[in-house]
Amino acid sequence: MDANSAKLIGAGLAVIGMGVVGVGLGLIFNAWLHALGRNPSAAPVLRQMGFLGFALTEALALFAFVLAILILLNVL
Amino acid sequence: MENPLNQFAVKTLIPIHIGSYDVSFTNSSLFMLVAFLFIVFLFFVGTSRRAVVPGRLQSAAEMLYEFTANMVEDNAGHGSAQYVPFVMAIFLLVLFGNLIGLVPFTFTYTSHIIVTAALSLMIFVVVVLLSLKNHGFGFFKMFFPPGAPIFLAPLLIPIEVLSFVFRPISLSVRLFANMMAGHVMLQLFSGFTIALGLFGMQLFAGSVIGGLFGALPLIFVVLLTGFEILVALLQAYVFALLTSIYLKDTLEAH
Repeated sequence: MDANSAKLIGAGLAVIGMGVVGVGLGLIFNAWLHALGRNPSAAPVLRQMGFLGFALTEALALFAFVLAILILLNVL
Repeated sequence: MENPLNQFAVKTLIPIHIGSYDVSFTNSSLFMLVAFLFIVFLFFVGTSRRAVVPGRLQSAAEMLYEFTANMVEDNAGHGSAQYVPFVMAIFLLVLFGNLIGLVPFTFTYTSHIIVTAALSLMIFVVVVLLSLKNHGFGFFKMFFPPGAPIFLAPLLIPIEVLSFVFRPISLSVRLFANMMAGHVMLQLFSGFTIALGLFGMQLFAGSVIGGLFGALPLIFVVLLTGFEILVALLQAYVFALLTSIYLKDTLEAH
C-alpha cells in the first residue's frame, strides 16, 4: 500500500467519529424533547442546557473533521 | 472545480512591515473593521435618541444588550455584572464576523483558527489570572471535585487539569471548524450547480432545458444558506455562553 492510499484511508477512519457524534446528538435531542413533553414550563432552562450540550458534543465531530482535513492537506 | 479552501485565502491589501514582522492590512483586517463599524453604528446611532418607545435600531441595540446581560447574569452568577462588557464585546465580534461572512464575496474572519484561538486564549488567560487574584491558591482546589474520595485524587486531578487546559482549544476549534465546514459545504454545492447544469446541457444536446439539472443543487444552496445563518447565530451564542460559564470560576469559591 503506497503512502497516498494509506493517507486517504486514514482520513476516512478519522471521520468515523462524526457518525458516533451523530448518535450522541440524537440522544441529546431525544432527552430534550422528552423533558419538554413532560414539563413544558421548563423550556427556557432546557433550551440553554440543550444548546450547551449540543455545542459541546458537536465540537467532537468537528475535531474529527478538522483532523481529516489536516490529513488530506498534508499538514500532519 | 476550484479548491474549496481557496476562499479562505488571506490577501494583503496594504503591505505594512514593522522590523521583520509582517503586519499588513489584509482582507481579514478589512472585514474586522467592517464588523467594528457595523457595531459602532448600531450602538451609537441606536442609542443616540434614547426614546421611551424605542425605534427599530434602538430596539435591536437594547435587545442585544439585554440578551447578553441576562446570559452573563444567569450563568456567571452573583457579582458578574462587571463582566458584561467583556462578554458582549466578544459576542458581538463573533456574531458580526459570522453574519458578514455569509454575504457572498466577503471574508469570514472567524473561519481562521488564528482569530478564534487568539480570542479564546485571551479568555483563558483572563479566567486564570482573575481566579488567582480572587481565590489565591484556592484556585487549585478547582481541580479536585468536592466530596470525592481522597484516594481517587491521582486519577481525578490529571483529568480535571486536562479538561481545564483543553478549554481554549475546544472553544477555538468549535467556532473555526463550524465556520470553515459551512463555507466549504456552500462552495461545494454551488460548484455542483454549475457542473450539473453543464452536464445536463450536454445530455440534451446543448438545449437550455438540460441546464435545469443545476436547479437541484441550487435549492440545496438556498436551504444551506438558511441553515448557515442559524449556525452563525448559534455559534456566537455558544461562544459567549461558554465564556460566561468559564468566568463563573473567577467568582465562586470551590
